[in-house]
Amino acid sequence: MTSAAPPAGGTRWLDNRNVLGALFMLPAAVLLLAFLTYPLGLGVWLGFTDTKIGRPGEWVGFENYEFLWGDSVTRLALFNTLFYTLVASIFKFGLGLWLALLLNKHLPFKAFIRAIVLLPFIVPTALSAIAFWWIYDAQFSVISWVLTKAGLIDRYIDFLGDPWNARFSTIAANIWRGVPFVAICLLAGLQTISPSYYEAASLDGATPWQQFRYVTLPLLTPIIAVVMTFSVLFTFTDFQLIYVLTRGGPLNATHLMATLSFQRAIPGGSLGEGAALAVAMVPFLLAAILFSYFGLQRRRWQQGGGDA
Amino acid sequence: MAGVAITAVQKWFGSTHVIRGVDIAIADGEFCVLVGPSGCGKSTLLRMIAGLEEIGEGTIAIGGRVVNQIAPKERDIAMVFQNYALYPHMTVRDNLSFALRLAKRTTEDVEARVARAADILGLKDLLERYPRQLSGGQRQRVAMGRAIVRDPQVFLFDEPLSNLDAKLRVQMRTEIRELHQRLKTTSIYVTHDQIEAMTMADRIVVMRDGLVEQQGAPLELYDAPANTFVAGFIGSPAMNMVPGTVRGGREVEFAGGVRLPVPADARAEEGQSVLYGIRPEHCAPSDAGLPADVVVVEPTGADTQLYCRFGGQDFTAVVRDRTHVTPGERVMLRPDLKRSHLFDASTGRRLAA
Repeated sequence: MTSAAPPAGGTRWLDNRNVLGALFMLPAAVLLLAFLTYPLGLGVWLGFTDTKIGRPGEWVGFENYEFLWGDSVTRLALFNTLFYTLVASIFKFGLGLWLALLLNKHLPFKAFIRAIVLLPFIVPTALSAIAFWWIYDAQFSVISWVLTKAGLIDRYIDFLGDPWNARFSTIAANIWRGVPFVAICLLAGLQTISPSYYEAASLDGATPWQQFRYVTLPLLTPIIAVVMTFSVLFTFTDFQLIYVLTRGGPLNATHLMATLSFQRAIPGGSLGEGAALAVAMVPFLLAAILFSYFGLQRRRWQQGGGDA
Repeated sequence: MAGVAITAVQKWFGSTHVIRGVDIAIADGEFCVLVGPSGCGKSTLLRMIAGLEEIGEGTIAIGGRVVNQIAPKERDIAMVFQNYALYPHMTVRDNLSFALRLAKRTTEDVEARVARAADILGLKDLLERYPRQLSGGQRQRVAMGRAIVRDPQVFLFDEPLSNLDAKLRVQMRTEIRELHQRLKTTSIYVTHDQIEAMTMADRIVVMRDGLVEQQGAPLELYDAPANTFVAGFIGSPAMNMVPGTVRGGREVEFAGGVRLPVPADARAEEGQSVLYGIRPEHCAPSDAGLPADVVVVEPTGADTQLYCRFGGQDFTAVVRDRTHVTPGERVMLRPDLKRSHLFDASTGRRLAA
């Protein structure tokens, strides 16, 4: 059957590959521009103004950044963020890897156990944060209750009332939430490692530790790099957990850059200052990405030659 | 170096009985090939020798020492895997020296052994490369080098050539054989390719369904197959099996009333149902014999293969001399009675005098 001749003129331009290509890209481009480029650009621009809620601001150049540089609360928030990210990431990596290695063994009810491990990751953060809020409650804390009953302490622990207690408590909650992501991703990585490497290594005389050190770890490095980059980014920009648990308190001890930025911009009303704080996070995030990309991800043994 | 003794070995995977009582005695320095169709248990047997699978029942001894309870690394063996299992993140040099470094050998010793293995296998220029940067044949050589540097009592090969193309396979076959003649290390080689088995082995063990069907020197198996399975498995093209009935004790009658004398070394009873085994290369066109209708003629240069039909079944003949037979023609194929066999139709066993 021959198709009917197209009406003269009219739809002819649709036959052009370039026009058609641009047309197909349009929806994605509109979404990216409207929901990524515009807010990001607006944020950067706001950072250079003294905009307050209800009052359009004026261009002030680097004034916001200069102020924030000298602001002790911002400096504390920066320290908190780095400390929070560093400690939580180290633990998430260690526990996640350990869990992944365990789950990679032949366990009974393997699929079921793997599903359970994912639970903390599926539960909405705000919800699990409320659960932690109860666990850390000054009067009703289950941890304090158990420890008192066991006779290990005689006073309830003030988890969220003391600066360092609060820091470690929020970090613990973040680790709990982040471990499943790391564990499942690393498990996926472990499963790509052919069992014959381990068989060869065991014939070569490698102990289980040496098999881990010389086979598992190097072969897992590319995936570790990707997973830990994501984990660091998520942790560095964490907001929900802190906001539900402590709102940055006590004495700003748990304020992260994200929470402080929100605090300054919305409840505080200084949109410009908040935006500047948020933009200040970007260099750290970029540095983390570049470090993993150049430092860990690309390995010489992965390059060159296909499977000839 | 050492011999390997496999005694009454059995193995189950769950409720599946994969090795059903195997006895093999491999002499010191022998090149033994385990051959059989997929699923016959040959690889499992090899992995039990290596210690990668537990031995269900029976014993395996290497150099007189029962190794059932001994860890793989203590067995003093080296294995070449089907997929080579080269560590992708290590250079060829590191791959070769990995076992030696784990064993905490001195640096000079490691270097000397790596250099020797690289020299034997022609890997000298590839030592700094990663496995990804090697061709299939080169990877294969590195895998063997990794076994050689250890200087073990036994080499185990698990279908090492099956990932190579046909030409390279033939070349590596010779290289492995040459290597064995040079090193004289006891070797156990698993393959499903009977030509590999025939060309490489000192001793072939034909396995099927977890049992040894026959073992012996390649030509022993070729000349005197114990049953129809071995007869069909060893030799290419496969042996023709023509069903018939023994008549008068001296002759076998086939479909259509055609008769052939009973082969020289066979003895059968009157009226017994038998399979008359004729190798394609052991029959020649003649003025008398089996009347076969030629279907396809394939000249290879050195010889000509005739694919024929006789009595409703396929019959292959390999003719040495140039022939001018054309498809559709009828030829009389006369078997070499000294090299033909008679098998019991029901048990498949060879009926020998």
